[in-house]
Amino acid sequence: MIAQPAPKPDVMARRDEIVAGLSKLVAPSGLISEALRLKPYETDGLPAYRQTPLAVVLPETTEEVAAVMRFCSKNGIRVIPRGAGTSLSGGALPMEDSVVVGLMRMNRILDIDYGDRCATVQAGVTNIGITNAVSADGFFYAPDPSSQLACMIGGNIGMNSGGAHCLKYGVTANNLMGLRIVTIEGEIIDLGGAHLDAAGYDWLGIITGSEGMLAMVTEVTVRILRAPEGARAMLVAFDANETAGAAVDAIIGSGIIPVALEYMDRPAIHACEAFAHAGYPLDAEALLIIEVEGSVAEQDRLLASIAGLCERFKPISLRVSQSAEESIAIWKGRKGAFGAVGRISPDYLCMDGTIPTGQLPFVLRRINEMSVQFGLGVANIFHAGDGNLHPLIMFDANLPGDFERAEKFGADILRLCVEVGGCLTGEHGVGVEKRDLMPVQFTPIELDQQRAIKSAFDPAWLLNPGKVFPLAA
Amino acid sequence: MLLEPHDEAGVIDAVRDAAVEGAPLLIEGRGTKRGMLRPVQAARTLSVRNLTGITLYAPQELIISARAGTTVPDLEATLATKGQWLLSEPPDLSSLLGEGVATIGGIVATNLSGPRRVAWGATRDHVMGLRFVNGAGELIRAGGRVLKNVTGLDMCKLLSGSHGTLGVITEVTLKVLPAAELTGSLVFAGLDAVRGVAALSAALGSPYGVSGAAWLPADAAERVLPGQGAVALIRIEDFAPSVEYRLGRLQTDLAAFGTGQILDDTTSWAAWRAIRDAVPLRAEPGDAVWRLSVRPSAGPAAVAAVEAAGARCFLDWGGGLVWVAGTPDLHDAICAAAGRGTWTVLRAPEPMRAASNVIPPEQPALAAITRRVKAAMDPRGILNPGRLYAGL
Repeated sequence: MIAQPAPKPDVMARRDEIVAGLSKLVAPSGLISEALRLKPYETDGLPAYRQTPLAVVLPETTEEVAAVMRFCSKNGIRVIPRGAGTSLSGGALPMEDSVVVGLMRMNRILDIDYGDRCATVQAGVTNIGITNAVSADGFFYAPDPSSQLACMIGGNIGMNSGGAHCLKYGVTANNLMGLRIVTIEGEIIDLGGAHLDAAGYDWLGIITGSEGMLAMVTEVTVRILRAPEGARAMLVAFDANETAGAAVDAIIGSGIIPVALEYMDRPAIHACEAFAHAGYPLDAEALLIIEVEGSVAEQDRLLASIAGLCERFKPISLRVSQSAEESIAIWKGRKGAFGAVGRISPDYLCMDGTIPTGQLPFVLRRINEMSVQFGLGVANIFHAGDGNLHPLIMFDANLPGDFERAEKFGADILRLCVEVGGCLTGEHGVGVEKRDLMPVQFTPIELDQQRAIKSAFDPAWLLNPGKVFPLAA
Repeated sequence: MLLEPHDEAGVIDAVRDAAVEGAPLLIEGRGTKRGMLRPVQAARTLSVRNLTGITLYAPQELIISARAGTTVPDLEATLATKGQWLLSEPPDLSSLLGEGVATIGGIVATNLSGPRRVAWGATRDHVMGLRFVNGAGELIRAGGRVLKNVTGLDMCKLLSGSHGTLGVITEVTLKVLPAAELTGSLVFAGLDAVRGVAALSAALGSPYGVSGAAWLPADAAERVLPGQGAVALIRIEDFAPSVEYRLGRLQTDLAAFGTGQILDDTTSWAAWRAIRDAVPLRAEPGDAVWRLSVRPSAGPAAVAAVEAAGARCFLDWGGGLVWVAGTPDLHDAICAAAGRGTWTVLRAPEPMRAASNVIPPEQPALAAITRRVKAAMDPRGILNPGRLYAGL
């Protein structure tokens, strides 16, 4: 288990006083300090780590957030920003002496402008909520993390979330135009807006993916896109990871960039098929879901070209969807992958490294060797176009030592990702989970440089401390 | 003193020496953007022009790495051998800034992007990795060589567009994409700015993947597509059958704006090359040049304000990018024309650059963060001092 900084004794000693102070800043229903009601906030999407915070506040306006931040800053209280609590890396894990600032009550859509192709929303709007607000008019918000029904745009900014379609549309940072932030001192600052490429330093860029360590985000202006005329998927199965990897290279090399290019290995195929009955071939070692967009004629042409390329690698099956319904069925298994693995294993850890795509067959072979060595099953799901790998390590938390072994297995996979030229995390963030692995990827000087940027925003290190950077010795 | 090291180690030495002595450094590649923003007062110039060459090219992984002094044409030529291109279409601004060939390090450091920016993102969106030397002379690697990476703070973004004030970029790693098989354009002639931007918005809000949307007033259009009056141009880049299909659909859908004339691949390519490089903008010697970035629907009002002030302009990015040329005394009027958007002085006579803001001042709370970030990266304040803001 990863250690957290010790609580500040002076803050713990003033608990009642702090709760009384916070009660003056938000509505009575927006302050939670009773042990039982704090329970839901003690963990996020990485439930192996739990810690009850000192209090939770649920502000409804940017001004309330600013008042809470000013109060915490003056009193030296640590602040944990929280969206929907779906972080898979423990990004919203509280500390015993911390105040969790939850954004769920800031869930209003503020403005939609189709002419300028942008929408301004409060940070507690869900990812899918943005698309739902504009889909009747044919638009969508592009980044689509698997948790998109629940996760909030504020959290997406914290982690620079991606999704299955970012090969074409980019990640959160590429779809963001403006932010309203609150600094730890309680200053409200507007960055960017409905225009592109603000002058000065790229504040949107450095805040996106900063895991809540630089500022609280309260309002967001995102780029919305007109949806394509249509989209259709195909399913191609191979008898070896090597040939599937070569097919991916051939597709990209041909000049076609599919809007999604997903990869599942044998255990993932079996888990998903048992769960979703999507018609996945169970004799396959590797399965590709490939999606293209455009008019029906354009889809036909692109799918035919891709099918031609795949044929060169002797797939054991190849199925081109003939309808939107069939595409949904093909996706159903993949989208339910986490739930599917949850059914065959009591617990699982979802890892998130990125590798150069050419290293895929080697990395999968090594992961399977490690799986035998650790005695734990693993299913691999992979955004093949951009190299983002999601090994799901299966374990049983009720068996003594199992979780520790799973963590060690995961850490070894991430070390492997860095060794082959990749990185520790592609879209889930470092959080607490990968914090102590940071020296694998960065030199001490590089980590100090990043820490100095953190200090420039938050000199007393009150915002989401204990995340991302290994604790000072 | 001109320092032109041949490798990264030489850059580190040069910065360390300067840091020890507290000696300001003018940081540049081939110096093509020396006239941009505020002048730097430095007795020493550190150029990365001799750090050249592609260090990694993995076409199947959509990744290329090059040393910072590699010229953009050299990089593009390498990509062309595998049928790929740079997504953000970086401009060649020699028509405004004087003859010279831009380096990829300079393009990243200034985050300049061309017409494709409106659809495919800015240069900074495609910077996957950087190596740079901070103001203390330390080598920092940011990002990596993969397309998806959220490990730690995104220093690539912080350095992109920082104009050499936070670090000396020595190597860049970029995401690239397959070049389109064909480019084609639709031209609507005789539209004023309001109708022109309405046409561009309709096109960009269509499902056809428009990758360029510009409006040129009559005098600017004369330099690109003569004899048409004011024009709105809409570009599609895709596989050949898709270009034909999509232009046809747009022609039908935008019929309310007149008869859209289709430009062939060659004409279209040349027109967008000119728009990318700001060729439609007539800038007299002694004129200042501004780039305003506004919400696209505010583009026509910006055009009206700019023209009323006596300056010339044209619109790219669907109406959101306003290129402006005029006499330096118009500075306040031009900045005001940006309204709630932003502005940058791309070029101006030295007295104006030294005396005026060249980008909008930040509110005090943000300016304080700017100073602290600058100090965190460049504690002695030796890298391009004063380039962005006086006294920073």
